[in-house]
Amino acid sequence: MRFVLRKLGFYAVALWAALTLNFAIPRLMPGNPVDILLARLQQRGGQVTAETRTAYALLLGGDSDQPILEQYVQYLGNLLRGDLGVSVSYFPARVSDVILQSLPWTIVLVGLATVITAILGVLLGAFVGWKPGTWLDSLVPATTLMASMPYFWLALVLVYFLARNLGWFPMQGGFDVTLQPGWNADFIGSAIQHGFLPALTIVLASIGGWLLGMRNMMVSTLSEDYVLTAEAKGLSPTKILRSYAARNAVLPSVAGFAISLGFVVSGSVITEQVFSYPGIGSRLLMAVSNNDFALMQGMFLFITLSVLAANLVVDLLYGLIDPRTRARS
Amino acid sequence: MTSTATLAVGPDATDRDAVLTIRDLTVVYEVEEPVTAVEGASLTLHRGEILGLAGESGCGKTTLAYAVNRLHRPPARIASGDIVFHDRAGHDVDVLALEDADLREFRWSQLSMVFQGAMNALNPVTSIRAQLRDTLRAHRPRMTRAQVEARSVEVLERVGVDPRRLSSYPHELSGGMRQRVMIAMAMLLEPQIMIMDEPTTALDVVVQREILTEIVRLRDELDFAVVFITHDLPLLLEISDRIAVMLRGEIVELDTSQRLLREPRHPYTRKLLGSFPSLHGERGAFIRSGVDETAGPEPTTEVPA
Amino acid sequence: MTHLSTDNGPTVGSAADEKLAPVASSADRPRAGWRAMLPTMTPWLALGLFLVISIALFGTIGPYLVGDPGQIRDIGLTAPSGEFVLGTTQTGQDVFAQLAHATRGSLQIGLLVGLIATALSCFFGIYGAYRGGLTDEAFSLLSNVMLVIPGLPLVIVISGFVPREARGLWTIAVVLAITSWAGSARVLRAQTLSVRSRDYVAAARVAGERSWRVIVVEILPNLLPVIASQFVFAVIAAILGEAGLAFIGLGASNASTLGTMLFFAQNGFALGMGAWWWFAPPGLLIALFGMGLSLINFSIDEIINPKLKNVRAHRKRARKAIRLEREVRRADRRTAGRSEAGAQEVASR
Repeated sequence: MRFVLRKLGFYAVALWAALTLNFAIPRLMPGNPVDILLARLQQRGGQVTAETRTAYALLLGGDSDQPILEQYVQYLGNLLRGDLGVSVSYFPARVSDVILQSLPWTIVLVGLATVITAILGVLLGAFVGWKPGTWLDSLVPATTLMASMPYFWLALVLVYFLARNLGWFPMQGGFDVTLQPGWNADFIGSAIQHGFLPALTIVLASIGGWLLGMRNMMVSTLSEDYVLTAEAKGLSPTKILRSYAARNAVLPSVAGFAISLGFVVSGSVITEQVFSYPGIGSRLLMAVSNNDFALMQGMFLFITLSVLAANLVVDLLYGLIDPRTRARS
Repeated sequence: MTSTATLAVGPDATDRDAVLTIRDLTVVYEVEEPVTAVEGASLTLHRGEILGLAGESGCGKTTLAYAVNRLHRPPARIASGDIVFHDRAGHDVDVLALEDADLREFRWSQLSMVFQGAMNALNPVTSIRAQLRDTLRAHRPRMTRAQVEARSVEVLERVGVDPRRLSSYPHELSGGMRQRVMIAMAMLLEPQIMIMDEPTTALDVVVQREILTEIVRLRDELDFAVVFITHDLPLLLEISDRIAVMLRGEIVELDTSQRLLREPRHPYTRKLLGSFPSLHGERGAFIRSGVDETAGPEPTTEVPA
Repeated sequence: MTHLSTDNGPTVGSAADEKLAPVASSADRPRAGWRAMLPTMTPWLALGLFLVISIALFGTIGPYLVGDPGQIRDIGLTAPSGEFVLGTTQTGQDVFAQLAHATRGSLQIGLLVGLIATALSCFFGIYGAYRGGLTDEAFSLLSNVMLVIPGLPLVIVISGFVPREARGLWTIAVVLAITSWAGSARVLRAQTLSVRSRDYVAAARVAGERSWRVIVVEILPNLLPVIASQFVFAVIAAILGEAGLAFIGLGASNASTLGTMLFFAQNGFALGMGAWWWFAPPGLLIALFGMGLSLINFSIDEIINPKLKNVRAHRKRARKAIRLEREVRRADRRTAGRSEAGAQEVASR
């Protein structure tokens, strides 16, 4: 129980830090973001009233005379109500709406890709560590090379070969725009087809870390006393691999999931750009180029929230699979 | 090249039949300059006897124990020798010729081990129950769940551990308890031989005594042979029937405990015996006297004529 | 962003079971003279050094040897030819010349950010762990929080708020550094804690050595390999991070790096037009440089974990041992005329 509370406490602090960062950044930067934003808004044909100004000033900080602390409290209050402001680049849509619309795409892409990468990486790493000397050993330097590549460059290369030259996959987009979005087979099929290359990019670029980590841990675990005991007990090699070796070797990989996910999210932002994939990442970039600060802020918040939530889940999961952590805290 | 000529062997302590015969076993470490860890070791283990294996660190006693169960890992290799197990049912098994499934079956059901420092010998992420169960499942696949549970409870009670501990994880148990669990696990299949490598070295003396008492009691009840490896010679003098002394990979003396204590033949044995301060005798005599009664020329494996 | 975690956990163990080997194991003091600090040469290390050194040379000396990267010609997009080794961009600019200048830019920023980030992680990681107590708790919490908040989105947001004119090399460098120090700090902290609790440090303290002497003489030498390894990771991450930023148009406005090259290539529809000579080399260079650095890092790992040394030799010896043992057993079976059936017979209870 103490373990769960400790974890929740940490993530609460992290959440607070993210919110505060979100509040602080626009205010710390040179220039006046509110003016720029309102200028853009007028360009788009939006109406600028005193309320609009105050609303944005609350989010971004401007030359308002409200004391900072009051602004902060109001800002938090708005967040709790789900009011993230109005988007400029998608005027008059609300920021929360834009986010919710693009969120599923990113979650599915990144979520699935990360899960696939983790499982594949751990399985392959376990095997390479268990039986060194097979052809699989060459996977290690190969995936290391791929992990040193910029995500988006890998994406470009894949698009060049598989989409442009071979034509197996579409070059851009999340789905075929001529189709009706919905839960029908055509649409889902199209979504999968479009999502394949982005997912492949993520998997190829990130599997190296998982594989290497698991393999190293596996080799070190195999020299532990309890593995020797298991052999002395006459257990079958499969049983030893599964319940004694891999079961222990996988722990640091799970613990390191946090860092891993952070990288995947970062990389996927740019990958989405390359593929014009309709997820949060490409929307974020669009917001940046349009000086749509409110949307930027909202997106950052959301991305951070999702990553924190995922990490919390994995951390709690780790507590389940390693009984020692519950005792330690 | 065998050293039986130099081996100081006394007549067999018991008239019981042999359960394990090791003949001229040599284990070599294939490192840059190959090292012979065990050289021409020969000994016979009798049914139900406690055989102590004594010697200082690095003398090869652990290597010998691991080799018997074929647990030695490369670059260690068995360069020569035989290990024959004499089953109670009457037939012989050439341990070195066993392969795969046969070796796995032989292990633990005929010969089990208790390792040095059970700190790490138990899987840290699974419960005690699971670890006992997988042993039973591997060797007695037809046991039902209830039978597995019953047997687990039974062995724990035998070694004096509360059966409720079945649900615990290794880190929740004290050192002494972990060692007891290891011993219980070693007894699961009622093997004919148990090899114990420094089973009590990491424990405090009170717990040590308790565990040793258990071991002797269990041996009396279940009649298995024990090879007890330790550097603590006085301990062996107390509990073993026979003792083998190892020096630099060779067995230099092998005799009953009484005879070893009263008439040690090999100079190294004498040195070993004299190295332990006595509880009796004048206080400080051991350190002060400056005269080491057992001192002699550098220990060699040759027995003076 | 690289996926090579900054802490791969205990790395490859040797084939020999250390416990059984009668050879004296190395003492707990890793400081066996400065010689022991240098990695042994292996093919992998040689390859890594080759990649890193040649690309570094290309970046430092290259710009002086190639033509003007900015010169616009009206030949448009052309494939590699005798005159232009890597062809031209759609404004007729020499791709090869651009590549040399871009490499220099990337290296500059990589080094700069690497240094700043490593300095930050040293401070938060080592100092915090050494002081212990509240300082340690606070620094550790800060590291963990920074680690968990996703880096690139943060960088994007910060860069996005900075108006284009103010986005110079230093700004970008600082932004990248403050979002990437956390992982290394954690590793350094763990390492410092472990060194701090070792016996020889305690011995030095008990002997009355002053704090700063303890840090410099006992602790720091053992941390140097780890710091070096973390620095290398930081450089890789920095180059990749900057490339990513530049690609989406948020890079340093006045600099020319491999990332900006890719940005221009993307905007010039290099992909759509099949101009592989424009978008492939920059990324490939980043990848090769990163790989070279990783290989060097593996060798540094050997110093940190001496068990890694001579893994190859260990494997060879292990194979030899297995082979010899099998031969002996086969010979036994043949000469002694042992019955196979008898040997295989194990009565089940």
